[in-house]
Amino acid sequence: MHIVDGALSNPVVIAGAVLGAAGVARGLRDLPMEKIPAAGVLSATFFVASLVHVPIGPSSVHLIMNGLAGLVLGWAAFPALFVGLLLQAVFFGFGGITVLGVNTFNIAAPAVIVWWLCGRQVQRCSPRTAAIWAGIGGALAIALTTLFVALALRLTGEAFLPAAKLVFLAHIPIMVIEGLLSAAAVYLAKQVKPELFGNVAEAAS
Amino acid sequence: MSATLSGAAAGRSDACGGGWLGRVDPRVRIVAATAFAVVVVACDALPVLALALLPALALLAASGLPPGPTLRRMAAMDSFILFILVLLPFTVPGEPIFTIWGFQASHEGLAQAVRIALTANAAILALMALVGTMEPVTLGHALHRLRVPATLVHLLMFTVRYIDVLREEYLRLRQAMKARGFRPATDRHTYRSIGFLLGMMLVRAMERSERILGAMKCRGFTGQIPLVAEMRVGAADIAFATGFAAVLAGLLAAELALAAV
Repeated sequence: MHIVDGALSNPVVIAGAVLGAAGVARGLRDLPMEKIPAAGVLSATFFVASLVHVPIGPSSVHLIMNGLAGLVLGWAAFPALFVGLLLQAVFFGFGGITVLGVNTFNIAAPAVIVWWLCGRQVQRCSPRTAAIWAGIGGALAIALTTLFVALALRLTGEAFLPAAKLVFLAHIPIMVIEGLLSAAAVYLAKQVKPELFGNVAEAAS
Repeated sequence: MSATLSGAAAGRSDACGGGWLGRVDPRVRIVAATAFAVVVVACDALPVLALALLPALALLAASGLPPGPTLRRMAAMDSFILFILVLLPFTVPGEPIFTIWGFQASHEGLAQAVRIALTANAAILALMALVGTMEPVTLGHALHRLRVPATLVHLLMFTVRYIDVLREEYLRLRQAMKARGFRPATDRHTYRSIGFLLGMMLVRAMERSERILGAMKCRGFTGQIPLVAEMRVGAADIAFATGFAAVLAGLLAAELALAAV
């Protein structure tokens, strides 16, 4: 979900930059030097995950996994996902530079919201229950991201509304897929290494 | 250093980038790319935006990036953006120019779609040519010199450092799955397996980061990582910055002139 330079109106771009910067600053506050290796390696993991394509019918989609990123990183998801988007723009030509703030907010704010709503349950419950919460969180994160993208477009102009609606509908299968993947990932991680949830994110609470 | 990232800038011949642009101070390049994007986004007139592609193409030529793959990368956008651009002519009200299946396309909508496409391509091309040719580590150092918070720079450096390691780990796990007969399809089994794969990667990443922190402490890590990279703005950098500023001023002047007409 990379919006490109020039697509949004100036007020939306500026508001996105302010919100993105505020989120990154808040996330950095939870990252003492001790946590940087963990956050960096996890940030790299989510970067690699975004290169993974999963089949859907005759086509395939690439993953975002921002819900899972929120569950693992908490507020630190903001700087971690920002770094990913920056690298993607500079080295892969995805997205843009003036819209970096908007794109960061659209991806990272849902991650933090999911961590607020489902983080505690994922941390405390049994693997099976945690997986259900993670599934809800994974799907919700994509729904919110799509919604924020649609909102950014709608605030730019009335003419974007039909496209924004169709984009939301087209992402419903992706919500299901990301939900299933997040649930499976959390189910496994809870059994193998339960302290994964709350190692970086705990500092944030 | 990072094959995944430098694979993006395939053909990069040395640490500084192939062309003469690689010798310009990294900070100057970052500021130039940002200023260019802001100016292009601020411009509205179609001729000016078309004109803005020229300096971006000149930067591409000077950067030493392979033109073919880079231009393909520039033109590639998320499918949802393409979709929105295609829909725009039909959703913006205005003077009709053609009709498909009873839907009228407006001149204004088409102009807006072209405007977005030109802006996005010019900005991202300049960014890739100016900044994408840097070693990711140099990018980190330059951002630090531009007063980006040290924590964020360290996070960037760690991410860059481990992207390749984790990608190789991912490919190894994928190969192991393939060796056991895993074939991706649209079914629950696939999604569960890839989910487990991601979970396993997170677990391994966490354990790896614990070893890294241990190794760092073992070597006297005190909570500060020194960022030492010498960067000096020389005469050539000032010349480049001046020339580039003149180009930007020219674009803005053309925009104002056209807006006044």
